[in-house]
Amino acid sequence: MAKSIDVSDLDIYYGDFLAVESVNMTIPARSVTALIGPSGCGKSTFLRSLNRMHEAIPGARVDGKIIVDGQSLYDPGVDPVEVRRMVGMVFQRPNPFPTMSIYENVLAGLRLNNKKLKKSAADQVVEKSLKGANLWNEVKDRLGKPGMGLSGGQQQRLCIARAIAVEPQVLLMDEPCSALDPISTSAIEDLIHELKSEYTIVIVTHNMQQAARVSEDTAFFNIAGTGKPGKLIEMNPTKKIFSVPDEPATEAYISGRFG
Amino acid sequence: MTTTPAAPPAARPKRRQGDRIFAGLSRGAGLFILVALAGVFVFLAIEGIPGLTQPSSFYAPQASTFIGYVTPLLFGTILAAVIAVIIAAPLSFGIALVISHYAPRSIAVPAAYVVDLLAAVPSVVFGLWGINVLARKVAPGYEWLYEHLGFIPFFAGPPSTTGRTILTAGIVLAIMILPIITAISREIFAQTPRLHQEAALALGATRWEMVRLTVFPYAKSGMVSAVMLGLGRALGETMAVAMVLSAGGGITFNLISSSNPASIASNIANNYKEGTPGKVAVLIATGLVLFLVTFLVNFAARWLVGRSERRMAR
Ligand SMILES: Nc1ncnc2c1ncn2[C@@H]1O[C@H](COP(=O)(O)OP(=O)(O)O)[C@@H](O)[C@H]1O
Ligand SMILES: [Mg+2]
Repeated sequence: MAKSIDVSDLDIYYGDFLAVESVNMTIPARSVTALIGPSGCGKSTFLRSLNRMHEAIPGARVDGKIIVDGQSLYDPGVDPVEVRRMVGMVFQRPNPFPTMSIYENVLAGLRLNNKKLKKSAADQVVEKSLKGANLWNEVKDRLGKPGMGLSGGQQQRLCIARAIAVEPQVLLMDEPCSALDPISTSAIEDLIHELKSEYTIVIVTHNMQQAARVSEDTAFFNIAGTGKPGKLIEMNPTKKIFSVPDEPATEAYISGRFG
Repeated sequence: MTTTPAAPPAARPKRRQGDRIFAGLSRGAGLFILVALAGVFVFLAIEGIPGLTQPSSFYAPQASTFIGYVTPLLFGTILAAVIAVIIAAPLSFGIALVISHYAPRSIAVPAAYVVDLLAAVPSVVFGLWGINVLARKVAPGYEWLYEHLGFIPFFAGPPSTTGRTILTAGIVLAIMILPIITAISREIFAQTPRLHQEAALALGATRWEMVRLTVFPYAKSGMVSAVMLGLGRALGETMAVAMVLSAGGGITFNLISSSNPASIASNIANNYKEGTPGKVAVLIATGLVLFLVTFLVNFAARWLVGRSERRMAR
């Protein structure tokens, strides 16, 4: 089901502030694409424009085209709600619904689409999604307990289970490991490896080793200074970016970080 | 509650002046509330208990004992307040939600301001409006309800021609408690963590689904508190009810006739001035009943809220 994403001439605004300027890129299907760059360069902003979450912020808007599976996301007739069902998202801080059990958290998205879910079908979805998120063995005996009772890493995997339960075509992750310890991080990285056979994954990370470990392609964003718009400097296969990048700016950023 | 274990005073961590003053002030404020409440209770008990056992003429014409006297009043009080809450709560939640989640800022801010302003209108003004405007306007409506829905006990009639019924009083009360319920729920709706709201949106929730999934669960206990504060105000409201309601005596759910009892507070207001000492004691005793009922209602609500929170925490 995974689909590639075509972005052309994308400008992203907060009110009058141009945060990201003229991005052109093609994100391949069934593969992991990492977005890296210094903080404030617009990685999150760009990521959130891919599922139209950007416009949930008052005054925020987008110019340009994003095409997923031949469908232009920002065409006037397109409902952002439909877009978000097709393009799932995992946030920086784990955010399971605090009043819901683990079981209900996984089903939350599905219940929106399909009110009358049979118990047996629901059980199946929960098991499949939790297995897909490598969480099943840890929680199968306490599905009725609140999702907030899990550890941070488990909560984040619960959020991934919740996102894949609705079977999106694309999965966006905004620094999904930045609030987690190394063991949980490694669990999530393993999970990303498994998920890419079924989903198109775009992951923002501030950790370049992580980008190198999990992604096939890497896009480097940069800004000229505060108040200036962020720009896509270079997008290339991850191996190339981390060995012989095309742009001196990429080289400087990567070598600067690695010391 | 300082629970410093027994240790030599010298080993105590140094406490700063500001901390000590603040601790004293807040403890004092907390104590003050308790003392005030206890004081009110003691006053009502001392002055009111003789009112429980006056000669039967003091309870005339409707009754001959205190229980017989206070029961219809208590019924009227609760009925009017419940009508008010049934009307005001959904309306308030709706307004609060529009202000916090639907309207653009340019509309939300003035709208919130106007609703707050409503709270500053004195209850006498609401009373006057209730008699002179609302009661007249709704009287034909009661006629219609009686003709078309008369089979429902609430509208059994005969409809009051002046419109000064318990339903009218309830509507006036609803408008009076609307600002407080709206203000509190608005604040709490607006505090719903962005993280959870975005989680819902990212799953493909519409705005209303997002509200149902995240805002309401987050705000639930605050909404109950808001309704309780509104209910408390409606139970105790005096002038508006005293002015609007033309009281009969019976206990009835017939909302559009003029046979409904007054409320405790409005009955006190109407009779206090010309009261003899015995009559005043009776009135204060009814006040004691109102005090206890309000207390019980609040406790029940806290318990309900606490129970649902405890269940989630497990
Ligand atoms: N809600 C917002 N309102 C206004 N400006 C914002 C908002 N969020 C981010 N920005 C601005 O957009 C730019 C890009 O931010 P962001 O996408 O968060 O960067 P990154 O994720 O790469 O650190 C920054 O200049 C930031 O100040
Ligand atoms: Mg970011």
